[in-house]
Amino acid sequence: MTHTPVFRRLPGPDREKVVLTVDGHPIEALKGDSVAAAVLAAGVVSTRTTPVSGSARAPYCLMGVCFECLMDIDGEPNSQACMTLVRDGMVVRSQAGERLPAGQPRGGA
Amino acid sequence: MPPSAMPAIAAPYDLAVIGAGPAGMAATLSACELGLRVALIDEQHQPGGQIYRAAGASPLADVALLGPDYRRGRELVAALRACGAACDYYASAAVWQVTPSLEIGFSAGGRSRLLRASAIVAATGAMERPMPIPGWTLPGVMTAGAGQIAMKSAGFVPVGPVVLAGSGPLLFLVAWQYLNAGVTSIAVVETTPVGNHARALRHLPRALRAASYLRKGVTLIAALAKAGVPIRRGAQDLRVLPDESGRVGRLQYRIGSRLLTDPCNLLLLHQGVVPNTQLTRSLDCAHAWDEGQRCWRPVTDKWGASSLDGLWVAGDGAGIGGALAAESQGRLAALDAARSLGRLTPDRRDEMASAPRRQLSRNLAIRPFLDALYAPAPDFLAPPDETVVCRCEEVTAGDIRRFVAAGCTGPNQLKIFSRCGMGPCQGRSCGLTAGEIIAAARGVPVPEAGYYRIRAPLKPVTLGQLSDLSMEAD
Ligand code: FES
Repeated sequence: MTHTPVFRRLPGPDREKVVLTVDGHPIEALKGDSVAAAVLAAGVVSTRTTPVSGSARAPYCLMGVCFECLMDIDGEPNSQACMTLVRDGMVVRSQAGERLPAGQPRGGA
Repeated sequence: MPPSAMPAIAAPYDLAVIGAGPAGMAATLSACELGLRVALIDEQHQPGGQIYRAAGASPLADVALLGPDYRRGRELVAALRACGAACDYYASAAVWQVTPSLEIGFSAGGRSRLLRASAIVAATGAMERPMPIPGWTLPGVMTAGAGQIAMKSAGFVPVGPVVLAGSGPLLFLVAWQYLNAGVTSIAVVETTPVGNHARALRHLPRALRAASYLRKGVTLIAALAKAGVPIRRGAQDLRVLPDESGRVGRLQYRIGSRLLTDPCNLLLLHQGVVPNTQLTRSLDCAHAWDEGQRCWRPVTDKWGASSLDGLWVAGDGAGIGGALAAESQGRLAALDAARSLGRLTPDRRDEMASAPRRQLSRNLAIRPFLDALYAPAPDFLAPPDETVVCRCEEVTAGDIRRFVAAGCTGPNQLKIFSRCGMGPCQGRSCGLTAGEIIAAARGVPVPEAGYYRIRAPLKPVTLGQLSDLSMEAD
């Protein structure tokens, strides 16, 4: 689900355009953007739902502290979207109700 | 050889600096000047930390809109680049563990590595104090720092209407930066308790030693007022109301007996910053409760040395002092680390420390005033029952109060009663609030309630990455 974007971009030096897909929808971003910033600017409402009540969440701190931005990025679940830079062709998915135990490494290779 | 077959980094460094904000950059520069072999490990993609985020390569055509202080960041980044081969700089590197024997495990570029150092300076900086209010988990609610990061790192500003709510210098700074960037629909809702002003005045004489800070603050607020930005003071009982899509729609609050609402599609909250203690906690370093700033800080001596041999803490991570103080602290920590490695005599260290010490004392002169003025209001330390405190596991303030009534005595016991603090953020978002609520409910000081025990990994790391590592270690 998307909404009218709440951010606009200020003029800046030229940066390469990249296209990534978020839940199957292509969105445009500029090289150097974080996935979280790109997703927010594209008007994506939520990046994950909580394991307890299923409520929608979106990036909150943009500095790696809150873990609200956990998404599946290129097949790697529980990735911090605010700490990951966009790449052309990146495949990003929102996460539904997945629980990541603290203090334990997550599975997958 | 392919990257996955690369050995873990075995060559020991004299000094590893964790974090490339002002403290980390200054510590690195000093250590390089002293001829130490240095590794600088940082989670961001570029040096600068949060305060000087993207200072070396800004996405903004007009960097001046961020204000004059940001320039210092560019100077530091340039100096860091000039270090060249004297320093190995690991960017985009998430430290997930530091061991008491000073081994650092971090992930970068999809794989994990180990690094050893004879000394470590932790310059892991600050994070925003949680500001739990009903509805703060709705999409479209972010921290003021997040708003600023979006601008510094990607050039994004709000379309508006944007509301900045809470207390502290950053609230006004971000509003002013938005104004400079041409954002038209801004409102500031200030929650600073009225009584704070009188308490702050007592510290004014000392604060005048750092008069430039005061001047800056006054100028910012005057510019906002002149531009017609509404500043609503003395707001209480904040509550976020959703729009029909489930995002933030309005901020509701009370001033005196009047109930007010401001419509917004972006709400930025701020309640000051606190040291990020995850790393020092995970090492079981001694921590002390700072009653003035209402937060925990690692116990350090005047050089920043922590209770763990070989570990120094510099910058806001050791107690909030701001960017310029952080620089001086970084230099002092590097000098003392060099002394401990036998690379400087104590006398030479003391001599070299005199300039940074003077600067530190000047820059810290403003703190008692700011701490008193922006002391957080009780509403946000111990929020109403319905408020979500643990964002990850959705534990409310009311839940915590019920657990206390049932015998819960502190944040660690809380984990037996609920999953509070056990989600992916490992208590970063709820730890201070949980401690305050439990202490208030028990009628004891916060230190008696305590804080979460923090264990590695501090950042997500995959089993795949860990098994790579054990093979490398063979
Ligand atoms: S938005 Fe907070 S960790 Fe990414």
